[in-house]
Amino acid sequence: MKNLFGRSWLIAVFIFLYIPIVTLVVYSFNDSRLSTVWTGFTFKWYVDAAHDQELIDGLIISLKLAFMSGTLSVIFGTFTAFVLVRYGRFKGRGMLASMANAPLVMPDVIVGISLLLMLVAMQKWLGFPERGIGTILLGHALIGTSFATVVIISRLREIDHHLEEAAMDLGCKPFQVFALVTLPLIASALVSAFLLTFTLSFDDVVIAAFLSGPGSTTLPLVIFSRARLGLDPSINAVATVIIVVVSVGVIASSLYQLRAGRRRQREVAEAYAQVKN
Amino acid sequence: MAPVIANTDPDVLLRIEGVSKIFDGVVKAVDNVSLSVSKGEIFALVGSSGCGKSTLLRMLAGFETPTSGRIYLSGQDITDLTPYQRPVNMMFQSYALFPHLSVWENVAFGLRRDGLRKAELAERVDAMLSLVQLSKYGKRKPHQLSGGQQQRVALARSLAKRPTLLLLDEPLGALDKKLRESTQFELVNIIEQVGVTCVLVTHDQEEAMTMASHIAVMDEGYFLQVGTPDEVYEVPNSRLVASFIGNVNIFEGKVDEDEPDHITVRCPECTHYVGHGISGVPGMNVGVALRPEKIQLSAQKPNKAHNWCEGEVVEIAYFGAHTTYHIKLDTGMNLKVQQANLTRKTADDLTWGDRVFAHWTRDAMVVLTE
Amino acid sequence: MMFKSILPRIHGLFTVRNLVIAVPMVWLFALAAAPLLLVLDISLAHMNITSVSSLWHWADDELTLKFNFGNYLYLGDDSLYFKTYLSSLKFAAVTTLYCLVLGYPFAYFIARAPAHLRSVMLMLVMLPFWTSFLLRIYAWKALLADNGVVNQGLAELGLVTSPLHMMHTSFSLTIGMVYAYLPFMVLPLYATLVKLDGRMLEAAADLGASPFKTFWLVTVPLTKRGIIAGSLLVFIPAFGEYVIPELLGGPRTLMIARVLWDEFFSNNDWPMASAVTIVMILLILVPMALFNRYNDETKLGDKS
Repeated sequence: MKNLFGRSWLIAVFIFLYIPIVTLVVYSFNDSRLSTVWTGFTFKWYVDAAHDQELIDGLIISLKLAFMSGTLSVIFGTFTAFVLVRYGRFKGRGMLASMANAPLVMPDVIVGISLLLMLVAMQKWLGFPERGIGTILLGHALIGTSFATVVIISRLREIDHHLEEAAMDLGCKPFQVFALVTLPLIASALVSAFLLTFTLSFDDVVIAAFLSGPGSTTLPLVIFSRARLGLDPSINAVATVIIVVVSVGVIASSLYQLRAGRRRQREVAEAYAQVKN
Repeated sequence: MAPVIANTDPDVLLRIEGVSKIFDGVVKAVDNVSLSVSKGEIFALVGSSGCGKSTLLRMLAGFETPTSGRIYLSGQDITDLTPYQRPVNMMFQSYALFPHLSVWENVAFGLRRDGLRKAELAERVDAMLSLVQLSKYGKRKPHQLSGGQQQRVALARSLAKRPTLLLLDEPLGALDKKLRESTQFELVNIIEQVGVTCVLVTHDQEEAMTMASHIAVMDEGYFLQVGTPDEVYEVPNSRLVASFIGNVNIFEGKVDEDEPDHITVRCPECTHYVGHGISGVPGMNVGVALRPEKIQLSAQKPNKAHNWCEGEVVEIAYFGAHTTYHIKLDTGMNLKVQQANLTRKTADDLTWGDRVFAHWTRDAMVVLTE
Repeated sequence: MMFKSILPRIHGLFTVRNLVIAVPMVWLFALAAAPLLLVLDISLAHMNITSVSSLWHWADDELTLKFNFGNYLYLGDDSLYFKTYLSSLKFAAVTTLYCLVLGYPFAYFIARAPAHLRSVMLMLVMLPFWTSFLLRIYAWKALLADNGVVNQGLAELGLVTSPLHMMHTSFSLTIGMVYAYLPFMVLPLYATLVKLDGRMLEAAADLGASPFKTFWLVTVPLTKRGIIAGSLLVFIPAFGEYVIPELLGGPRTLMIARVLWDEFFSNNDWPMASAVTIVMILLILVPMALFNRYNDETKLGDKS
């Protein structure tokens, strides 16, 4: 009985999770402007979206921003993770850990408003920075750093710390240890962290709303302002494109990981089988 | 306890002087130890978990700095040098092979840091791999090797730079019993072939005694005794050392006769006649240590005044090659006796409940004052 | 431990180690801590027509601090603010509860599933997470509108005669919140559930416990960490959620983030907005401290 109960629960929740996504895709092909009454199949919303300059500009800005945010997040996340895991006790460690933890759960509005106030104050005293992509980047990079730190820390903990000692024993100075041993071994976590922070940045509405300036309207901001007004099928078109791209990416990476894991298991088994013979 | 200093050979390679390590101002992991290791010898630090042997090894490697004391290698003070500045290499218990590098690259790793020319580097690595008989496995990654093979790579890697001192951290700990025996000899052969001085750390006293030329028994951060394996086994300097290494029976008693060539010790169980003098006085409390394999068993009462006692067989443990008997003496003491099984089992063999006499020679015991 | 004692000591303060620590410290302080201190400062200041005067006053070689508690007093007086804070806490709590009720069995069944199915299901859970959050909330607008998909479906099935008014209500807001935050509950729960040793459950059964008892006496307590982490991961951000109430909520659904937004963008009253923010932070201070404690990724101990 538990099996049946389990299965139905799983299916029910999965349906709940996917209905909105399916609706988005289905209605992107709907001929009607009132996007909930089905009148016919069409590609016209895709064509519209492709010519929509506001959407395209937003997309480009969001992609640039997400890329830069991902990069900064991984860099600072690596520093934070490394210091928290490998440096033992030091003055201010608790504070660093709290500062790294807080943005994980802090509501975006608080981050947004606090950064905005600081930037305005800086502008008053120092004359810069002007609000724009750079300022949004700061907000995204802060939140990204926290997420990247968590991902990288969990990978760092998995690595046998004797490996780094062995490297030093064999003649590596600390920086060489990091570059030749630590970095290659956490590479997968760095990639995951990048993808995660890229997505968070690409998706963000609130921080961008607080910290953007003229000419730095991100794609989510465009969508958000339109969505407030009502339903717009071009949004469905954009949504479907994003969904397809992301799905392909997620499925591809899952398959890759699965295959790599299987190959490794096989190799280990072979090694032991050979020794027996 | 006073610091124990081993041989003061002019051929000394490693000298540790009064080294202590205190963690967090409270935990004394290593307590004022001093020792000398000669060139080319294998030196073992033995002790149970937490005795400080690993901490001492790490200080030799450079991963910890002593709270006090100095370490000299080839006459040079290396106490404050970082691990990468020392001509010391270590083989880790977990092997610590770099998973993202091939076997060949693992062994070459240390050599690359030295900036060797390409040809010379390749020659060295190949030589190392053939030394451990893994020449054909160069391209494999560590996870594609068995445990024993991984160990050999770790050994090759630690020898590649021709270190002045080689450190081994529980070298056989990760192997199963059968593999351990064969690996023991292989390991010693390779080390002697290369001629490198070696300090190894282990909790397995058998391992220490078979592999090393000198051993130091450690407990709670200091050396209980330092000496050759047979010295430590046959002439332990305290009850602690006697019971740590191998099995032992310890009788407590008082010195009766005290002559230059012999003493007798009166114990509740029996009277010992020890064939050598000691620096002590009559009436002194001593312990007499007697190893199980030095005791003989017979059904008849021995025809001598000392060095025998009587009891009942309460436990028999058959180990195939030898048998251990537990004899309960009349005073309640449990005497452990070990006998090699020279012949196959017969119906006349001792069995549970038999009354038996245990006896030994005058040279079989060691008198302990501590 | 090793990096501490073996790095060569150069110039006391400016060791490599200290410089490496300084990088993330300065970065995080500048972006996370300093701005919040500024918010506190402004919340205690006055608002002139064009600018905000600071609470620090320097005049005649004297530095005085003028604390203007007016904003906070106003917050305390105005019952609307009080109601809004309360309402936000309520919605956050309800969302957390629904996520837990829905998410725990969900995570449980995935964790108990055979290995190959597990990875597929995890992937299916993660997929919505990677697609735009904004777009998925937008989709609910289409689903719950008066002429939306759900109503159409119900009408087709003959279950209703006139459309159910679902948009811009507590109902739509709650559905949207639960939908958005469910993955955040499921993942930490799954992480602890998958580590659960099945043998403990077998031991309980062996000792005579029914499946029901086993669940409550063994499984739940052992996954306490995951439950707390997941709940905090939902509760705290849900409390300060802006987008979902804006798109799916209505005039009756009071959420503090919307108030904050209006105060900031529409009224331009920065000191007021700052005060609202500070009170928000105070309200989530305890949950955040709890989260900090349970997030053992960044903890000391087992550090290498």
